[in-house]
Amino acid sequence: MRPRRATLEDSEQQARIFRRRSVLAAFVVLIMFSGLIGRMVWLQVVQHDVFITRSDKNRMRVEPLPPNRGLIFDRNHQVLAENRPTYNLTLVREQAGDVGQTISRLIDILNLPEDQHDVLAQRSRERLRSYEPALLLSDLNEEQIARIAVNRYRLPGVEVEAQLIRYYPDGEWMSHVLGYVGRISQEDQQRIDTSNYAGTHFIGKTGIERFYEDELHGQAGVRRVETNARGRTLREIDRTPPKPGKNLTLTLDSRLQKLGHDLLKGKRGAIVAIEPKTGAILAMVSEPGFDNNKFVTGIDTKSYAALRDDVDMPLYNRAARGQYPPASTVKPYMASAGLEYGLIQPSDTVYDPGYYQLPNDSRRYRNWLRWGHGRVDMKRAITVSNDTYFFTLAHRMGIDRLSAFMHKYGFGEDHSLDVWGAGNGLMPSRDWKRGRYNQVWYPGETLSVGIGQGYWLATPLQMATAVSVLANDGKWVRPHLAMQVGDEQIAPPFENTPDDVKLDNPHWWGLIHQAMENVMTGSEGSGRASGRNLQYRMAGKSGTAQVFTLGQKEKYNAAELEERLHDHALFTAYAPVDDPKIAVAVIVENGGGGSRVAAPIAREMLDAWILPGIKSGNEAQDHARQNEHAADRMATGD
Amino acid sequence: MMDYWQRVYRRSRRQYQRLGWRTLHLDPWLLLALLTIIAGGLIVLYSAGGESTYLVEAQALRFVAAFVVMLLIAQVSPRTMKRLAWFFYIVVTLMLVAVDIIGTHAMGAQRWLTIPGVIRFQPSELMKLAMPMTIAAYLSRRVLPPGWLDLLVCLALMGVPVGLIANQPDLGTSMLVTASAVFVILLAGLSWRFIAVCAGLGIAAMPLLWFNMHQYQRQRVLTFLNPESDPLGSGWNIIQSKTAIGSGGIHGKGWMQGTQSQLEFLPERHTDFIVAVLGEEFGLIGMSVLMTCYLLLIWRGLYMANQAHDTFGRLLGGSLVLTFFVYVFVNVGMVSGVLPIVGVPLPLISYGGTASVTLMAGFGMLMAVFTHHKTTPR
Repeated sequence: MRPRRATLEDSEQQARIFRRRSVLAAFVVLIMFSGLIGRMVWLQVVQHDVFITRSDKNRMRVEPLPPNRGLIFDRNHQVLAENRPTYNLTLVREQAGDVGQTISRLIDILNLPEDQHDVLAQRSRERLRSYEPALLLSDLNEEQIARIAVNRYRLPGVEVEAQLIRYYPDGEWMSHVLGYVGRISQEDQQRIDTSNYAGTHFIGKTGIERFYEDELHGQAGVRRVETNARGRTLREIDRTPPKPGKNLTLTLDSRLQKLGHDLLKGKRGAIVAIEPKTGAILAMVSEPGFDNNKFVTGIDTKSYAALRDDVDMPLYNRAARGQYPPASTVKPYMASAGLEYGLIQPSDTVYDPGYYQLPNDSRRYRNWLRWGHGRVDMKRAITVSNDTYFFTLAHRMGIDRLSAFMHKYGFGEDHSLDVWGAGNGLMPSRDWKRGRYNQVWYPGETLSVGIGQGYWLATPLQMATAVSVLANDGKWVRPHLAMQVGDEQIAPPFENTPDDVKLDNPHWWGLIHQAMENVMTGSEGSGRASGRNLQYRMAGKSGTAQVFTLGQKEKYNAAELEERLHDHALFTAYAPVDDPKIAVAVIVENGGGGSRVAAPIAREMLDAWILPGIKSGNEAQDHARQNEHAADRMATGD
Repeated sequence: MMDYWQRVYRRSRRQYQRLGWRTLHLDPWLLLALLTIIAGGLIVLYSAGGESTYLVEAQALRFVAAFVVMLLIAQVSPRTMKRLAWFFYIVVTLMLVAVDIIGTHAMGAQRWLTIPGVIRFQPSELMKLAMPMTIAAYLSRRVLPPGWLDLLVCLALMGVPVGLIANQPDLGTSMLVTASAVFVILLAGLSWRFIAVCAGLGIAAMPLLWFNMHQYQRQRVLTFLNPESDPLGSGWNIIQSKTAIGSGGIHGKGWMQGTQSQLEFLPERHTDFIVAVLGEEFGLIGMSVLMTCYLLLIWRGLYMANQAHDTFGRLLGGSLVLTFFVYVFVNVGMVSGVLPIVGVPLPLISYGGTASVTLMAGFGMLMAVFTHHKTTPR
């Protein structure tokens, strides 16, 4: 490099070059800054609307406001289902970052068993929409709340949320009829309007809670809140308050329900009591019961398995879904059919040698009393529950007419208004058998059906409904559980009410009532042990449903058979005869004779409803037991 | 060194009686522009930091220190700067090498040099000053406009530190250092033919650059080209900053009323993205005022560089001012979504340490070349 001295001229030339270049630079700077300003005009003026919308969407979140669930009362305004304040733990997955890690920390902080990890992970996914909190744990205790509060910084997306939760004060004996609410499952999401359930964690799963879900749930509200980038709510902008669910008043009397529960304690069975005039279901008991409160907060797998696999099937609603042969309780209905079809006159008699034989058939269809009742007319046939009489009648009627007439009493179909999951039972017919088994109908099968056995199955609810229709002289009212939904009274007439059962001669109803009253009070009445000291006119009919089919020559010996093969004890009754206020059906599974085991229970139910002052459960139980012993001494039967 | 400061002291004692801006080696107009921008920046910072006085105090304190540095540097005559340029350049380059070996990691890059208990700083910041000084010192000794040989020497001088900085990696700073050197060369009067050839070569080298980029740098470019492709990930920043600016409208949402910034949707809102806070809260009006202030500052700076009494001063001053412009343009450009995201703060406003000190030191140099009137003897 050859160093050169700069001359003054050089220096001036350089200054000139620099000036030119710097003026150019100043101009370029101006242009480029104008470009930036242009960019700002584009963003802030031209596209302003787009960005203001986007920024509002950023900061505002619409939060659902879950409505309070309607309460459920019994007819005396006693609370059956209420809402209890609890603290729940919720998680918003979007805010949690690593969900698995957050759940692990939770388990650590709350000292939960390790195996809860999968359960909680599963629950965290059970929600309707993104950015919606999923319910992890319900009903936190104070210590848990404190632990969460202290560790909150380690638990992003986790919130302790105050919420009202369902509580059933009378869980054990109300569980089947009320049903329960539980966390909304994937399945439930198919049948609901998810926007109305945003923020609601529970939904009616069974029973009344399920049937009246829409009314009980109410209408969700919304509020708009401002949140920061991490999703924390900072303030409320505005809100549309939720409409709370309607309160529900049931026709049930919880005292009667409790009594039924006490009377069936230790047994398996069901009681349904109906007010004949209104169709109001006064009691609907299924034993054994279960505590439905456990299902609200999420029952653990082990307890659930224990309930599900229990041989006594406590989860099974026997009253509405249990299917039993109605047995001899159908004899009054059969008699009415015979009269209406003109097959018998009340005074016609049948000779009972202790068995019935079809023409040209050696097989003997035995009466329950081996040596027979001799000559029996219609009333006596009902009173002593003679089988031969009804074999004869059934044979004359034929299965088609029999089946058609029993449908009028509601057998074979569910006619209840609002009993969730009520069974249809089974009213067999020639067509049914062909469709089901592709077989012809045998005349011998008509005989079994004629005494309420064979293929015939009915639910306790259907049995109670039928006896209630009978007590009403054939007038139908659909059985129902709701008395008042919100401000709306639920009262007959109801839509789709079946046609009334009509008899040519209305006087015939009186004959049947008399025959059934004789069951309780007649010297031969099968229920007379339970008919002692009646202070009102009671009518009843016993039934004993065979579980175990006996061979032709065998004799039933209760002591030798396993308990679960014992006959089912049935009893249907109503009272007072001249102005029926209550009709009841009782079934005790494997209880043995209906008049011996079921009748005392029915009597206690009627006493409780008709006489002033309901007895305590123990007192009624003692009384029922005395009648049971009395029946033993009297050797009644059906 | 010592006798230099003694001379400065004696001279200021002599001129004490007729104290004026010249004697202080300051320019009142530049000072006014700087203070206006800094004061406005502190107001925005208060809002961006979530009404935190801590940030504002720290920032103000930092500027006080930076002002002292500026004041001191303004007293140094350009002649001395020219003399020390080479020394300074070599020392800083060695520091960059040291950073490469023993530097401190932060945010995925090795940028910091720590002298334990004393100071922790980024040598690359110092290179922003050393680079234009050296190139200007070199070119001012040559016959201008520069020829091929000069250009090659300058490229070599530039290449070593830029390579070291890019290797840290620090794309933003290496770009600014490159710019400062290039501006010296351009202002020295590089012929347009050279410029055209170099620009052509630069464009041709683009693919090469792409393959030498770090993954995160490539991601930034891709995100810039299509921010919606990953709205919650790497596209988040640019979407949120555009939303902030756009939602501000003409008048803005008002001071401390910006929802994007106050509710923390805007990332890095007190550092690199602070201009989005301004855009959101003060709208187009606020943005225009700021850009005008910057424009006036740059124009004044260019005027001052023109008034320098030697080539070194002109080249150095002009380069510093134009580099400052690049700062502003790249930052506002990236925040408003016209440039890819590179880590360049908004000068004088973004919260941060070393950058503001170097900036003010640069302005100190500019004031020095403007106010020291004795022509440098050859």
